[in-house]
Amino acid sequence: MATSAVDDVSFHVPDHSYLAIVGHTGSGKSTLIQQINALLKPTSGQITVDDFTITPKTTNADLKPLRQHVGMVFQFPESQLFEETIRQDIAFGPKNFGMGETDANKLADAMLQTVGLDSSYADRSPFELSGGQMRRVAIAGVLAMRPQVLVLDEPTAGLDPQGRQEMMALFARLHREQGLSIVLVTHQMEDVAQYAEQVAVMRAGKLVKFGTPHDVFRDAAWLKANQLDMPRAAQFAQRLADRGLAFDRLPLTAEQLADQLAARWPREGAAHV
Amino acid sequence: MSKFIFGRYLPLNSVVHHLDPRNKLLLSFCYIVLVFMANNPVSYLLIIAFTVGAILASKISLGFFLRGIRPLLWLIVFTVVLQLLFSPTGGHVYFHWAFINITQFGLINAGYIFIRFLLIIMMSTLLTLSTQPLDIATGLASLMKPLRWVKVPVDTLAMMLSIALRFVPTLMDEATKIMNAQRARGVDFGEGGLLKQAKSLIPLMVPLFMSAFNRAEDLSIAMEARGYQDSEHRSQYRILTWQRRDTVTWLIFVAVLAAILATRRW
Repeated sequence: MATSAVDDVSFHVPDHSYLAIVGHTGSGKSTLIQQINALLKPTSGQITVDDFTITPKTTNADLKPLRQHVGMVFQFPESQLFEETIRQDIAFGPKNFGMGETDANKLADAMLQTVGLDSSYADRSPFELSGGQMRRVAIAGVLAMRPQVLVLDEPTAGLDPQGRQEMMALFARLHREQGLSIVLVTHQMEDVAQYAEQVAVMRAGKLVKFGTPHDVFRDAAWLKANQLDMPRAAQFAQRLADRGLAFDRLPLTAEQLADQLAARWPREGAAHV
Repeated sequence: MSKFIFGRYLPLNSVVHHLDPRNKLLLSFCYIVLVFMANNPVSYLLIIAFTVGAILASKISLGFFLRGIRPLLWLIVFTVVLQLLFSPTGGHVYFHWAFINITQFGLINAGYIFIRFLLIIMMSTLLTLSTQPLDIATGLASLMKPLRWVKVPVDTLAMMLSIALRFVPTLMDEATKIMNAQRARGVDFGEGGLLKQAKSLIPLMVPLFMSAFNRAEDLSIAMEARGYQDSEHRSQYRILTWQRRDTVTWLIFVAVLAAILATRRW
């Protein structure tokens, strides 16, 4: 038999949390997240998502409510667009889960707004949009299913810096305002530092660390051994620390770094003047 | 998809694997003629021995070939039954009803058809299991070379063939990805009535075509950027050389051919 892509991984994520999964390419991140809505079923063990339990014996017939409950945004989701108009494409998911045509269309228009495109787009073909806009439409199509858990597989890959920021801000807003649980697979340590509440680090199909971003990024040597980067602000702080400027708590984002520096500057600065 | 053995390559280190792909193509073609020349038990036994010998020489386990036959089983059964029921009358009649006759000749013919099917599938499975798709393409192009004289664009055809083969796995991956994305949006592939199943293919086929066309465009740009011109006569990285073992296979083949001509009922 083939070797297993993910083995001996066990963790628990509370409701309404923001989990980041990081790890080197081929570490089993994608395999792991496809288990969350049973696109892949485990050969042993089980996955529990709220009221749903997925075991090796789960049959496809039981999966529809779960698929609706867990929205999946794959890498380059714009490749899933196919309908004639953007409205129809966004309404496709809800209609599959039994929503009526008019309700689904109404929902589609609302979701278009949510992802930051105005209603003039609704009747256009998704294939005349730019890559970034297509991705927004694809994400709107997943959000229209009204999932409680949103799984994102490198949602900002290939976007320009501004598009990347807007996209991450959108997910943060959905998490904050609608209480969506978010599972984010990413290589962007800045995003992990800024948004995630929990971090799972995968290596060679195993879970090697699970904790808060602070737990994960604290140990520079361990990160290096696992081929992970530190967020840039933390790298900067680390270099300052090497030169004798110690931090009580390693800052992970530019804001935290600025706050900590600003907090100490009046004291130490005054001594120099 | 992985159950479908026919058309897959199995990398092993054997005499059959190392044969010149041109030789294997030619042999496979002539083999089919050979199979149709046999018409009595002795000649069939000879061909079966030849086939089993070739399979043994390839070091591929027999199970692969049997699995290769499974997807074509219904076609074989259908043909054999047709042959059995509607073949020309002759010999002893075992069963008769309206226009259906089961006769001695029909029975024998059906048996031969069955064996022919089996043998030809086995040999072509051996060809694809032991030859890389790209080698088959190169071999075909090389065999088509004489057609240049009648202005057939052989080089271009060869290029098209190898590009098509190259993109089969890529498009398969793409199809899996898109299917997953649509399943996550609530599509059930392969469930429900025929109409529903056909309809569920639209969300798969449209994106797949889009991506194939985009890929083709990107590829053509990349090729032109590196100076590709289809009119140019191009040299090849893989050069096919006829080896002694290729000659030996022909000696064996001619021996079998002679034996069959000798044993065949004229």
